[in-house]
Amino acid sequence: MDARTITAKERMAIPRQEMPAQDPQVRIGNFNEVNLGLTPEQAQQEALRCIQCKDPVCIAGCPVSIKIDQFIKLIAEGDFMGAVRKIKEDNVLPSICGRVCPQEDQCEKVCVIGKKHKPVAIGNLERFVGDYERMSGQKIDPVIPAPTGKKVAVVGSGPAGLSCANDLAQYGHKVVVFEALHELGGVLMYGIPEFRLPKEIVREELEGLRRMGIEFRTDVVVGRTITVDELMEEEGFDAVFIGVGAGLPWFMGIPGENLVGVLAANEFLTRVNLMKAYDFPKSSDTPVFDCKGKNVAVFGGGNTAMDAVRTAKRLGAEHAYIVYRRSEKEMPAREEEIHNALQEGVEFLLLTIPLEFIGDEKAWLTGVKCQKMELGEPDDSGRRRPVAVPGSEYVLPIDMAIISIGNGSNPLIRQTTPDIEVSKKETIVVDVNTMQTSKENVYAGGDIVTGGATVILAMGAGRTAAAAINEKLAGTAKNFNEW
Amino acid sequence: MYRIVSAIFLAENIKKIEIEAPRIAKKRKAGQFVIVRINQNGERIPLTIADSNPETGTITIIAQGAGKSTRELNRKEAGDSIADVVGPLGTPSHIENFGTAVSIGGGVGTAIAYPTAAALKEAGNYVITINGARSKDLVILEEEMKAVSDEAYITTDDGSYGFHGFVTQKLQELIDSGKKINFVLAIGPIPMMRAVAEVTRPHGIKTVVSLNPIMIDGTGMCGGCRVTVGGEVKFGCIDGPEFDAHQVDFKNLADRNRIYQHEEKEADDTFAHQCNLTGQA
Ligand SMILES: Cc1cc2nc3c(=O)[nH]c(=O)nc-3n(C[C@H](O)[C@H](O)[C@H](O)COP(=O)(O)OP(=O)(O)OC[C@H]3O[C@@H](n4cnc5c(N)ncnc54)[C@H](O)[C@@H]3O)c2cc1C
Ligand SMILES: Cc1cc2nc3c(=O)[nH]c(=O)nc-3n(C[C@H](O)[C@H](O)[C@H](O)COP(=O)(O)OP(=O)(O)OC[C@H]3O[C@@H](n4cnc5c(N)ncnc54)[C@H](O)[C@@H]3O)c2cc1C
Ligand code: SF4
Ligand code: SF4
Ligand code: FES
Ligand SMILES: [Mg+2]
Repeated sequence: MDARTITAKERMAIPRQEMPAQDPQVRIGNFNEVNLGLTPEQAQQEALRCIQCKDPVCIAGCPVSIKIDQFIKLIAEGDFMGAVRKIKEDNVLPSICGRVCPQEDQCEKVCVIGKKHKPVAIGNLERFVGDYERMSGQKIDPVIPAPTGKKVAVVGSGPAGLSCANDLAQYGHKVVVFEALHELGGVLMYGIPEFRLPKEIVREELEGLRRMGIEFRTDVVVGRTITVDELMEEEGFDAVFIGVGAGLPWFMGIPGENLVGVLAANEFLTRVNLMKAYDFPKSSDTPVFDCKGKNVAVFGGGNTAMDAVRTAKRLGAEHAYIVYRRSEKEMPAREEEIHNALQEGVEFLLLTIPLEFIGDEKAWLTGVKCQKMELGEPDDSGRRRPVAVPGSEYVLPIDMAIISIGNGSNPLIRQTTPDIEVSKKETIVVDVNTMQTSKENVYAGGDIVTGGATVILAMGAGRTAAAAINEKLAGTAKNFNEW
Repeated sequence: MYRIVSAIFLAENIKKIEIEAPRIAKKRKAGQFVIVRINQNGERIPLTIADSNPETGTITIIAQGAGKSTRELNRKEAGDSIADVVGPLGTPSHIENFGTAVSIGGGVGTAIAYPTAAALKEAGNYVITINGARSKDLVILEEEMKAVSDEAYITTDDGSYGFHGFVTQKLQELIDSGKKINFVLAIGPIPMMRAVAEVTRPHGIKTVVSLNPIMIDGTGMCGGCRVTVGGEVKFGCIDGPEFDAHQVDFKNLADRNRIYQHEEKEADDTFAHQCNLTGQA
C-alpha cells in the first residue's frame, strides 16, 4: 500500500502490528532481549495506521513532545533516516525510550485510533527508527557549534544527566559528566535488565555522546570525592546539573527483614546487571543468590519488581512470586511487562501483604507469613485502599525475598551542599520551568527531583535544564533541527 | 586505570599497596574507605584507606587475602594497574580529644584502626594501642602504631610475642589497673569487636567499632550493607562504617556476612586452581 494513495478504509483494516518476541519457554532460559523489533515492512504497515490528525493529540501525551505525526509519516514514506532526524529534534535516545517508555499511559493512551481500535504503536515505531539508525551504520552526529568557552559539570550519568549533557554539548559548551559507579548509564545499566534493554544499545548511545566531545569521569562520587562547591570554585565549572537519581532503597520494617536471603531489588538487580553475576564464577567475580530450584518472592508491583522477578525466573527459580497488596489493575508496572511476566510463569499473589519473615536457626530465610487483603474505600490517590481479611494468614515457603517498594533520596549531595533546598521527602526542590535549584548556577532533574519516575521524564528534565543553563551562560538558543 | 606505585607484604598474606588516586588522596579523612575493582570481571570490594599522601597523590591500602578478590589483589606488584578505585567513602571517624583513647586492632583490623589512632593522637588524646595477632609473624604496623601511641601493646594468641592472650584480656587488665579510659575504638573480626563491646559496656566507656558488611556500590543505592544498630536499619556505607559498639547487632552482621559463603568458596577454589595451572600461586 502506498502512503499517498491509501484510503481511510484501507488504513483501518490494517491490524496493529504485533511485536515479534522470543518464545516465553525459550526466553526464561536466557538473558537475551524478549522483543525482537518490527521488520521494516511491519513498521511501514503500522505507520500507515496513523491518520495524520490535524491536531495530533498524541504529542500532548508525550512528556518531551516528540513530533509523532511527522516521524510516523516519514516511516510510512520509507524515509527511515528522515524519521530518525525528526525524533532526535526532541529525544536523543529513541532506541531506549521506544523500549522502556510507558507508552500505553502516555502517547498511545490518547491516540485517536485507540478509541475504536488498538492505538498506533508509537513506542514500537520509535524503537524501530532508533534501531534502524544504529544498525544502518549511518549514525547521524549532530553539528557542534564553536566552543562557547563555558564549562558545565553533569553529576550522574542516568537519562537525566545524559540528555542534559547532550544538549549542552550541542549548545557548544564543554561538558564533563561525573559518575559514581564504574559504568555509565544509571538505571539503564544497573537496573533495567538486558532482556528488556540490551546494554550494547546504551553503550552505543554513550559512544555517540563521546564523539560530541563530552567527557566522562567514572568513579567520582560527588559529595565525597569532590563537592558541588569545589566543582565550581576549584575546577572552574560555570554551572552544575545534578541528576543523581533516587537511591536509598526502602525496607518494609516488618520482623525478620534482616534474615539472610532478604534483599533490596536494587542489590539483586545490580549484582545481575551491572556486575554480570549470571556469569559467576566464569567471567564475573560477583556472586548472586543461587535461585536454581528455589522459591523467590518479590514484594511490590512496579517495573523494578517485574524486572527482579523475571530475573529470578531466568536464574532458575522454581517458583517466582509477585506479592502485591492491591490488585493487578493498580500495579504501577508497565502493562507489557506484567503480561510478559505472566507468560514467563511468574505467579502473582495479589491482595496479599507480608507480615513477617521467618528463618531457621542459622538465620536463613525459610518463609514469609502473609495475609490476604480486600479492597475497601478509595484513598486520597483515588485507589481503593486494601484492608486486611482477619484470619487469612498463611505461610509461604520461600528461600529469597526481594523488597521492591521504592526508594528514598540519596543524602550525599544534600549533606555536603546544605544550600541546595530539599523537600520534606528530601528530593531537591527546583523551579520546574528551568530546573534551577535554590543555589545559584546549580540545576537538578530526574528522580532526585521527582522521586522514582520514568526515563522519559528524566530526559525531559535534563533538556529543560540544559536550555536554562544555556540561556544563563550564553544567552543563545540553538536550532535543534541541525541533525 | 589506577597505577600501583608500590606493593609489599607486611606479613604472610597481608599486603600494603600504594595506588595513584589524586582526588581521593586530597580528600580522605581517617575512617574512610575506597571501593576497588581489580579488572573488568572484578567484584567491588571495600578497603580502608590506611594512609594517603596528597602531594604525590597516592593512597595506601592494606589487604588481607580472604578470598578470590583480595588474593588476586595481593598478587599485584608495583607498576601494575587496577581498573577502579572510588572514594573516599563512608563517614569519617568522629575525632575529638576524649582524654585517654584506646585503639584496638585485631589482625588486619590494625590497618583499619591505624589512621584513626593517628588522628586521635593528633587531636591531643593520650593514645593506648593494643594490637592483636594470632602469632608473632602476623603482627603488622608495629612501628607505625608505636609512633602514634603513648603506650603500645602487642598481644598474640599463642604467646609468641608480647602479651599472651586476647586483646580483650589486655583491655580488661588496663581497666582493672584503675586507668581512666574515655574512649575505645575496636576494629577486627566480628567476635573480637563483640567481645570488646562486652568488656567496656559495664564501665560505660564510649566504644566505637568499624563494621564490615558486604557492599557493592558504597553510595547508598543497593541496601546490601545494611546493619542493625540500636534496633534501626543503618547503611554501613553512608551512615558508617563506624558505629556505637554497644548498639550494634553483631549476630545479625555475622549471619548476613555469610550469605555468599558457598559461592565465595567456589570462586576462591577456581582461582587457586587456575594459579596452580599457570604455576603462579
Ligand atoms: C529496575 C528498574 C526498572 C525501571 N523500568 C523503567 C521502565 O521500564 N520505564 C521507565 O520509563 N522507567 C523505568 N524505571 C525508572 C527509570 O529508570 C528512572 O526514572 C530513571 O532512570 C531516572 O533517571 P535519572 O537520570 O534521574 O537517574 P538514574 O538513572 O538513577 O541515574 C543516576 C546516576 O547518578 C549516579 N550517582 C548517584 N549519586 C551520585 C553522586 N553522588 N555522584 C556521582 N554520581 C552519582 C548513579 O550511580 C546513577 O548512575 C525503572 C527503574 C528501575 C530501578
Ligand atoms: C568498610 C570496610 C572496610 C574494609 N577494610 C579492609 C581493609 O582495610 N583490609 C582488608 O583486608 N579487608 C577490609 N575489609 C574486608 C574486605 O572488603 C573483604 O575481606 C573482601 O571484600 C573479601 O573479598 P574476597 O573476594 O577476597 O573474599 P570472599 O571469599 O569473597 O569473602 C570473604 C568474606 O569477606 C566478606 N565480603 C565478601 N565480599 C564482600 C564485599 N563485596 N564487601 C564487603 N565484604 C565482603 C564476607 O564476609 C565474606 O564472607 C573491609 C570491609 C569493609 C566493609
Ligand atoms: S518518548 Fe515515550 S511518550 Fe514520547 S512518543 Fe516516545 S514512547 Fe511515546
Ligand atoms: S493521535 Fe494517533 S493517529 Fe493521530 S497523529 Fe497521533 S499517532 Fe497518528
Ligand atoms: S553498599 Fe550499597 S547501599 Fe551501601
Ligand atoms: Mg569475593
